[in-house]
Amino acid sequence: METKPKLYYFHGRGRMESIRWLLAAAGVEFEEEFLETREQYEKLQKDGRLLFDQVPLVEIDGMPLTQSRAILSYLAAKYNLYGKDLKERLRIDMYADGTLDLMLMIAQAPFKPPKEKEESYALVVKRAKTRYFPVFEKILKDHGEDFLVGNQLSWADIQLLEAILMVEELSAPVLSDFPLLQAFKTRISNIPTIKKFLQPGSQRKPPPDAHYVEVVRNVLNF
Amino acid sequence: MSGKPVLHYFNARGRMECIRWLLAAAGVEFEEKFIERPEDLEKLRKDGKLMFEQVPMVEIDGMTLVQTRAILNYIATKYDLDGKDVKERALIDMYAEGIADLSEMMGQLVVTPPDQKEAKIALIKDRTKNRYLPAFEKVLKSHGQDYLVGNRLTRVDIHLLELLLYVEEIDSSLLAPFPLLKALKSRLSNLPNVKKFLQPGSQRKPPIDEKALEEAKKIFKLS
Repeated sequence: METKPKLYYFHGRGRMESIRWLLAAAGVEFEEEFLETREQYEKLQKDGRLLFDQVPLVEIDGMPLTQSRAILSYLAAKYNLYGKDLKERLRIDMYADGTLDLMLMIAQAPFKPPKEKEESYALVVKRAKTRYFPVFEKILKDHGEDFLVGNQLSWADIQLLEAILMVEELSAPVLSDFPLLQAFKTRISNIPTIKKFLQPGSQRKPPPDAHYVEVVRNVLNF
Repeated sequence: MSGKPVLHYFNARGRMECIRWLLAAAGVEFEEKFIERPEDLEKLRKDGKLMFEQVPMVEIDGMTLVQTRAILNYIATKYDLDGKDVKERALIDMYAEGIADLSEMMGQLVVTPPDQKEAKIALIKDRTKNRYLPAFEKVLKSHGQDYLVGNRLTRVDIHLLELLLYVEEIDSSLLAPFPLLKALKSRLSNLPNVKKFLQPGSQRKPPIDEKALEEAKKIFKLS
């Protein structure tokens, strides 16, 4: 029997949330250990499981994996969410990487001074509306299929849904000019594993609050 | 039409250099079209060639590719410089991301305000000798092989070589405590394609100088 993957991170979204989404979408149960104290973090370092002294850490298939993009690629391949050939994988990489850039801006914003934080969020919404969402709207329009790549669910679709929901938290009408993305959002949200993840009580984490920021600063000492 | 990959970027290292290195290591000839004025970038955008309005962009196999990581993955797989299974690829990706993080810190130096530069350099040196180099030295020590992953040359060896050269540019004494990394550096530098790329006259780009950066900022109206 395969042991469940185990996730080590703060009790919040940060750089682990995309990994939770991917596992959930793949229908994979996972455990979580939440970092709350500096001592816990130092123990992980001492145990030698943090290659570059950083979390996220995911223990899976006997490996301590760090670096969120490496983890996401591994999971996508393992759970058949990476397309059927090199060219599809390439497109998934391009789309997911672009979306991750946007989400990284969101993840970093809470740690900035209040004014810069607001500016960051405003920039995220602007980039979403002018740089990222138009691209995906066009992709869906050009092929008329239900998923971004290869007519089947991939990492790129899950990543995009996550991004859409996070940007909507910042600006509810952000999808108003993108009818195909609206339909996409509904469709992907209704996939059973994803629907379950979207319900209260799942392992999905809420938006960062002051407490989350404080814990992270304490544990990582910055 | 030559059929060679065409790289679209500024005439500088930036986020394209790792791609140049990988192509060179794979023995693949490539052409470059340098973005020299805002109009060059605008044209690429208007022609719909930049998916997210950004460079690097590489034209290869009839496709226009963007996003550095996606491009590196594609090139590595195509030229057999990737892991042979998912687990090897996970290690390669993990190591490569660490390398990219440190490279990113170094790349940010040129746009760091003068009053913050010294602190930034100190942080880079600290991370280099206390976080990144020890991690890679340990990987090499753990298996005693000539390459980081899978006992053969993969893209991550090339990425690491590139990084070690940048570390030396900052402070050559940083490599001193890491004998296995020094040996790896020598070994990789002597691979024929790499040796060629290291010679003057290759498409390898020099560090950006302050003057060129000032010019670029003016031309592109960056802050």
